[in-house]
Amino acid sequence: MYDLIVVGAGPAGLSAALTAYENGLKKILVVERDKEMGGILNQCIHNGFGLHLFKKELTGPEFAGRFIEKIKETDIEIMLDTMVLDMDKNKNVYILNTNGYKKLSAKAIILAMGCRERTRGAIATPGDRGAGVYTAGAAQRYMNMNGYSVGNKVVILGSGDIGLIMARRMTLEGAKVLACIEINPYSAGLRRNIKQCLEDFDIPLYLSHTITDIKCTNNRVSKVIISKVDEAYNIIEGSEIEIKCDTVLLSIGLIPENELSKEADITIDERTKGPVVYENMETSVEGIFCCGNVVQVHDLADNVAMEAKKAAKAACKYILEEKTFVREIKVEANKPITYTIPQKIHLPIEEKVVDISFRTNKVLDKCVIKVTNSNGEVVCKYPREYVIPAELEKINVPVSLIKDEQNSITIYIEED
Amino acid sequence: MYDVIIIGAGVVGCSTAYWLSQYEMSIALLETHNDVANGTTKANSGCMHAGYDPQPGSLMAKYNVEGSLMAKELCEKLDVPYSNDGSLVLAYNQQDRQTLQELYKRGIENGVKELYILDEKETRKLEPLLSEKVVGSLYAKTSAIIDPWQYTIALAEVAVENGVDLKLSNEVKAITKENDIFTITTSKGQYRCKYIINAAGVYSDVVHEMIGEKEFTIIPVRGQYFLLDKNEGEKVHLTLFQCPSKYGKGVAVCPTVHGNMIVGPDAETVQFEDLATTTEALNYIKERSALTMDCINFRDNIRNFAGVRARSDRQDFIIEESKSVKNFYNLAGMASPGLTAACAIGYHVIDWLNTKERFVKKENYKETRKKVRFKDLSFEEKNEMIAKNPAYGRIICRCEQVTEGEILDCFNSPIPPQSIDGIKRRTNAGMGRCQSGFCGEKVAMILKEKLNIEFNEILLDKEGSNILMSKAKEGDY
Amino acid sequence: MIELICIGCPRGCKLLIDENNDYTVTGHSCQIGVEYGKNEVLNPTRVLTTIVKIENAIHNCLPVKSSKPLPKEKLIEVSKALKEVVVKSPVKTNEIIVKNILNTGIDIVATRDM
Repeated sequence: MYDLIVVGAGPAGLSAALTAYENGLKKILVVERDKEMGGILNQCIHNGFGLHLFKKELTGPEFAGRFIEKIKETDIEIMLDTMVLDMDKNKNVYILNTNGYKKLSAKAIILAMGCRERTRGAIATPGDRGAGVYTAGAAQRYMNMNGYSVGNKVVILGSGDIGLIMARRMTLEGAKVLACIEINPYSAGLRRNIKQCLEDFDIPLYLSHTITDIKCTNNRVSKVIISKVDEAYNIIEGSEIEIKCDTVLLSIGLIPENELSKEADITIDERTKGPVVYENMETSVEGIFCCGNVVQVHDLADNVAMEAKKAAKAACKYILEEKTFVREIKVEANKPITYTIPQKIHLPIEEKVVDISFRTNKVLDKCVIKVTNSNGEVVCKYPREYVIPAELEKINVPVSLIKDEQNSITIYIEED
Repeated sequence: MYDVIIIGAGVVGCSTAYWLSQYEMSIALLETHNDVANGTTKANSGCMHAGYDPQPGSLMAKYNVEGSLMAKELCEKLDVPYSNDGSLVLAYNQQDRQTLQELYKRGIENGVKELYILDEKETRKLEPLLSEKVVGSLYAKTSAIIDPWQYTIALAEVAVENGVDLKLSNEVKAITKENDIFTITTSKGQYRCKYIINAAGVYSDVVHEMIGEKEFTIIPVRGQYFLLDKNEGEKVHLTLFQCPSKYGKGVAVCPTVHGNMIVGPDAETVQFEDLATTTEALNYIKERSALTMDCINFRDNIRNFAGVRARSDRQDFIIEESKSVKNFYNLAGMASPGLTAACAIGYHVIDWLNTKERFVKKENYKETRKKVRFKDLSFEEKNEMIAKNPAYGRIICRCEQVTEGEILDCFNSPIPPQSIDGIKRRTNAGMGRCQSGFCGEKVAMILKEKLNIEFNEILLDKEGSNILMSKAKEGDY
Repeated sequence: MIELICIGCPRGCKLLIDENNDYTVTGHSCQIGVEYGKNEVLNPTRVLTTIVKIENAIHNCLPVKSSKPLPKEKLIEVSKALKEVVVKSPVKTNEIIVKNILNTGIDIVATRDM
């Protein structure tokens, strides 16, 4: 019987395991499907990691390395090349590796499986189906782990950060990146990535455009047709531009990977595709916690690692202490906020503040984020210079202001 | 020199090879592409129709019903996923109800068993999430679903084990005949034989006319599909057709043997084997499918694809000896229900040949095949397999839970895969919700090692579909 | 006035640089912005992250970076110059892979153990 089983050894899993260890848990197991620790960080060889957590700009592998070094100094058990095939709400975990198929049990579980990339099917991009269409992350793996380039003349669909990062990587490694196409009137990636990955290399960004046809010659992509879309995302006839290329990279969003969570009957939020969580990152199943991109897609690995610390501390508390809370309230989100994490808050709790993060589906200039109680009274507000869909927004709500709440609090944004 | 050469390794050609390989004769199976099941066979809904649809007396009716009856046992022998859940034809009004009666009568006349007309309540009991517009249905209990790739690959594998020479990447360019011996020239070489079985699908008219008169024309008809996540698959239990109307046969909503939902097809005449998908057709399919189920979440779509069906100008299958070329047999016009009928069509080819000369059954031949599907094994069986071969303990495709062992097994099979999709068709690796985003690279590297090829020779599927183009820092900049 | 997005951290501040006033920077949230703003106008630099070949390791490629920011216009040239570099496992993080690459005075270093 383990105290804690952590599923996944990416930034979330490693940070969670270390924190749990530092907080006194003895028997900790981390299960990782890959042959090494680090998760997706191993292929994210660019810099921009660690500024918050380590106050130093690191590359993905360096960031992972800091955790791996520390883990190696502990007696946390790491099972590599091992896949969790099944899990139940009694906290039994079924693992598969070359030694066999086994059932393991734990007092608590932390889910840190990360996310997957949306594919061409998700947006039903029409056209031929030859080779040459890849998700940006898949192309990144071929490039950074194997040293192979998926193509020479590249068009990127979607302006997610991985797509932008790959625009730069492909350029530096010898390909021509011809365009980045974004259906929204704003970029999905961080502004600094637009600057240092596209503008630095004179790669044009087409906002309010999408790919309306992919043509192949001899079973490999030979050109794409892009078209302008109006505000309702309808294609504007006559706006077609043809771009000859051999490769299309998709950077059209990430989806938390929760197939395993569903096996344990954990409630999933249809908006985030991740588990519904409490302020301590506990899921709807007591003793199963989650953190990182399995919960919501973060912009920064630093934030993933910090969320993992929170989940780990809560898991320790769950195992080592008596619980204090007796009731729960809901966190509601009003448009243009698309969801909040957490969706629920336990009360009463010892913590002084509750972090609430969320995204909007609209660009807002000078605005105020407000929190109201169930009587509609504003309990706290947070002015912002801007709020954009590409950046995860975060507020710290003092628990003292909501401690008597019985039902729910609501978060909304007022533009100035 | 062969007794028989079969042109085309789709489901019809492979079924023919499977049955003929039980006889004392030498057979070659020629295929343009680098794998079997790579044309019409690979892009359809996988439905084994009951047989109420074709006109009584037609070849379609005869072979459909016979094929439907044969398929279950054959799939068991070949260890191919088969699920006999039945189908519904949905009615939306009084006129549709009459159509159901006609289909029912036609079905009885065609010899279809277990057909029932259901009222609305009975219909909803079988399929609770149907749209509110449905007022009744025709229930065909013998209708089934299969995995068309695995089915065809299995037929071909057994045929090869029984001695059939499978010649992949051999596109037929010319056919001549001298002293009753055919010479077939392909992109790779020349092959001689006494009998030709033409199962060239969309190209069967072209192949026939390489030596014969124009006797029929193949009209390529494209159909497009959505393949949805297993989350959506849980919504559908039976193959759901709409009542044929002036708008055509309608869009079907079906479960797949792997637990996904498949929605389609439309029907559009195209000029060539055009496998592109189009926004117009996909929107049409979405719209029409709402008549069957209006709760389908198309955001959970994982893949679109198109198949081109080989419809003949005779509105029926063409199963006959060529009128202009003796000993040349056409198995053509295999539009729906071609997949269902294929096993029965292939089964009867020997009847023709035995009118020309006497072929006897071999004393020993294989008719079965076994395949490890790790995911379906029990806890104990999984551990036994891993003890025997640790590669079964390593998951390569996490979405479909396919192990390295199963992928390596393919390379020891009678028809080793030549491409990433070849592995997908054999094991399901890459079929799932991430569409090989995670496992594609792992599968590609296994393929590279097993085929002993360079990185830039790794194919996604057909010739030309190379997935990697250059090494880092070796591009043109 | 020159407008720039700061790339110093994910926040992406909108900087204004006054080229007529000793390149004074406004719009920044921290010191990184002040330095970046001035530098970006006068002498833009970037840290290069790329890969070199590695033998006998878990992967075919070793991730590396420039030990200091390189002149922006040198990025592609330096990446190309690493084409023939092949290292042998084991390598430690921060180990120098190429010293003084293209006489820039800057080294190429490993960014992980491998």
